[in-house]
Amino acid sequence: MTQAPAQSSKASDMTDKSDYDHTPPTTEQKLEWLRVMQLIREFENRTMQAYQQAKIGGFCHIYTGQEACAVGTIGSVNHDDPVVTAYRDHGHALARGMTPEACMAEMFGKIHGCAKGKGGSMHMFDKPNWLFGGHGIVGAQTPLGAGLAFAEKYKLEVLGEGKKKVTLCYLGDGAIDQGAFHEALNYVSVHNIPVIFIIENNGYSMGTAIHRHTANADNLISRGQSYGIDSIEIDGLDIVDLYNEFKPFAERCRETSRPGFVDLKTYRYQGHSMSDPQKYRTKDEVDTYKEKDSIARLLSQLIESGDFSEDDWKALQKDIKAQVKAAMDFAENSPAPEANELYTDVYANPEKNLSPTTEYNHGLNNPLL
Amino acid sequence: MTTLPDIKPITSDIHPAIEDMIDMPELLPNDQLPPFEGDRVIQYREALREAMSEEMRRDKRVFLLGEEVAEYNGAYKVSQGMLDEFGPERIIDTPISENGFAGMSIAAAMSGLRPIVEFMSWSFSFVAADPILNNAPKMLYMSGGQFGCPIVFRGNDGAGGQLASTHSWCVEALYANVPGLKMAIPSNPYDAKGLLKTAIRDPDPVFFLESERMLGDRAHVPEEEYYIPFGQARLAREGDAITLVSFGRPVNFCLQAAEKLAEEGIEVDVLDMRTIRPLDIDSIIERVKITNKILVVDQSWPFASIASEVVTQICERCFDWLDAPPARLNTVDVPTPYAKDLEYDYLPNPDRIYEAVKQQVGAQ
Repeated sequence: MTQAPAQSSKASDMTDKSDYDHTPPTTEQKLEWLRVMQLIREFENRTMQAYQQAKIGGFCHIYTGQEACAVGTIGSVNHDDPVVTAYRDHGHALARGMTPEACMAEMFGKIHGCAKGKGGSMHMFDKPNWLFGGHGIVGAQTPLGAGLAFAEKYKLEVLGEGKKKVTLCYLGDGAIDQGAFHEALNYVSVHNIPVIFIIENNGYSMGTAIHRHTANADNLISRGQSYGIDSIEIDGLDIVDLYNEFKPFAERCRETSRPGFVDLKTYRYQGHSMSDPQKYRTKDEVDTYKEKDSIARLLSQLIESGDFSEDDWKALQKDIKAQVKAAMDFAENSPAPEANELYTDVYANPEKNLSPTTEYNHGLNNPLL
Repeated sequence: MTTLPDIKPITSDIHPAIEDMIDMPELLPNDQLPPFEGDRVIQYREALREAMSEEMRRDKRVFLLGEEVAEYNGAYKVSQGMLDEFGPERIIDTPISENGFAGMSIAAAMSGLRPIVEFMSWSFSFVAADPILNNAPKMLYMSGGQFGCPIVFRGNDGAGGQLASTHSWCVEALYANVPGLKMAIPSNPYDAKGLLKTAIRDPDPVFFLESERMLGDRAHVPEEEYYIPFGQARLAREGDAITLVSFGRPVNFCLQAAEKLAEEGIEVDVLDMRTIRPLDIDSIIERVKITNKILVVDQSWPFASIASEVVTQICERCFDWLDAPPARLNTVDVPTPYAKDLEYDYLPNPDRIYEAVKQQVGAQ
């Protein structure tokens, strides 16, 4: 455990956690996190295999190494708090409760995929689990995150329905350079919108290291602070620390209806996408981070505390392998969308003469609906 | 292996993604709508305001958001007084951040609200091109039918008055290319109200193109509520020499040219299309079968324009009924000039329409 502690004290002047009662995670929570993180890891191993076998096409971004980020932050909020993310989204989908079957079938381009095979790896949507995508354009999801939070606030204040919610909007460190993100930060601060922008800072904007792509790279939270937004740095490799820092932060945003900014420091083990030869970083660097692996860290904590044994771990790994294998079989066996699906879901109200060459219709009901 | 669940066809008219959001009113054909002529004369901008206010009174999920819409009372006074009636929670001033507030509103629509987003000018929509083109019209498709996007983007389109090239954009040809969106373009106050009300109720993203030069136009607008169906053109003037097909402000240019032509005994059709997507090609065909000649008057540039599309569809659908090649009259294919006379020459103005009709009517 050589990871330097996160410098969360930097923002302590703006983030007084003492107002919000915080209970450290229970053993049950930690065990659940271990299960979901391992599920994501195994799922991504199988994703890479399937991609290499050309069963998955397009762009495909692997989440391995960053598991604690999605699992820890999503584990800190309620199931009906909205979540939106970028294209490295398999981990968020699984952490949100999407079945591995729906997620893998989507990448296989099958009808049982979460978007009936119309979105693919970068566009995971799951309405029952309050996941509003998977978005492929860098930074485009940040105004959307603001809008999801705006809508929940509007429902409460104008329509008198719903409850106080906080929205989680994920982005990579590359997206902090996008104009859309700055517009979103400005808007949510001016209008008191409770959305937390979680920068999954893996140190690279595709192949460009953070010091080469963004100003003031050692102090990202200054960017949130400059908009008057509560901003903290969190070590994204230790899920227990992450939860203890993030949970009260999220509750504060929810209760005060204020935005938040989190520099969540993490690392991805694989390339930017499946087609990345990774010439911009050394194997040593990757190995250094693998020694700080978030799953191994949580596992050793659980074993040290006596809540989990090596045998339990073997059994869990075996179960998850079987679960993901079943999802692969499911995706393999799910039928491809029928040709008719090409013309469905274009318009909710498909009127006459919308196209000179195409008639639109409603097609099949997504099993997730 | 996990059992493959049954996937059933969607049989309802209403897509399940927007089932809880939709409440389309009954849409009536032209002859059952309230009379077009009358003596309740108000401005185009007031008709727009009336449409928004009626819908906001009916449905609290509807809100208006944009630059200067609230405390300033609207940069062009379209939303004048609405802040007083509906309060700052529903009439929302934004920073000058089109990309940010357009994207934000799209997510609000996905969440079940019904945003009306005002662009002060459609010329400013390009900095929001990613959300309005990549998100709004594709969300339903990309999510496999899970998330609809019932939203209206509205604002001034086309040349204002000597605003030169960056502020005079006609976005219709650029944006109408994208499947998943609808596009309405009212040419008069009556249509401004009736089409905007339909746009707000429609469950799909609607691009609503107004014109700064028409905001002060005055005409009869019924006080009652009415909804003009999309894809239903109005025959604004009936003739036999040729059918003029147009959209938005140039419809008025066509009517002016028609007056002058009538003095010379040339009676022309003027078909006000009202919406570009859907495009009421059926009404066009019906009139072509009578006049056998057609001129499409379009304020976008000629290359790959709305006129190009209309002419193509005519050739595909009623070629044999034509007595002359279908013609188009567009804005001149140059950036918009500042100088007043140059700007006039640049637009598909009544003089150019008059000349083009004379040429077409002469052609056999």
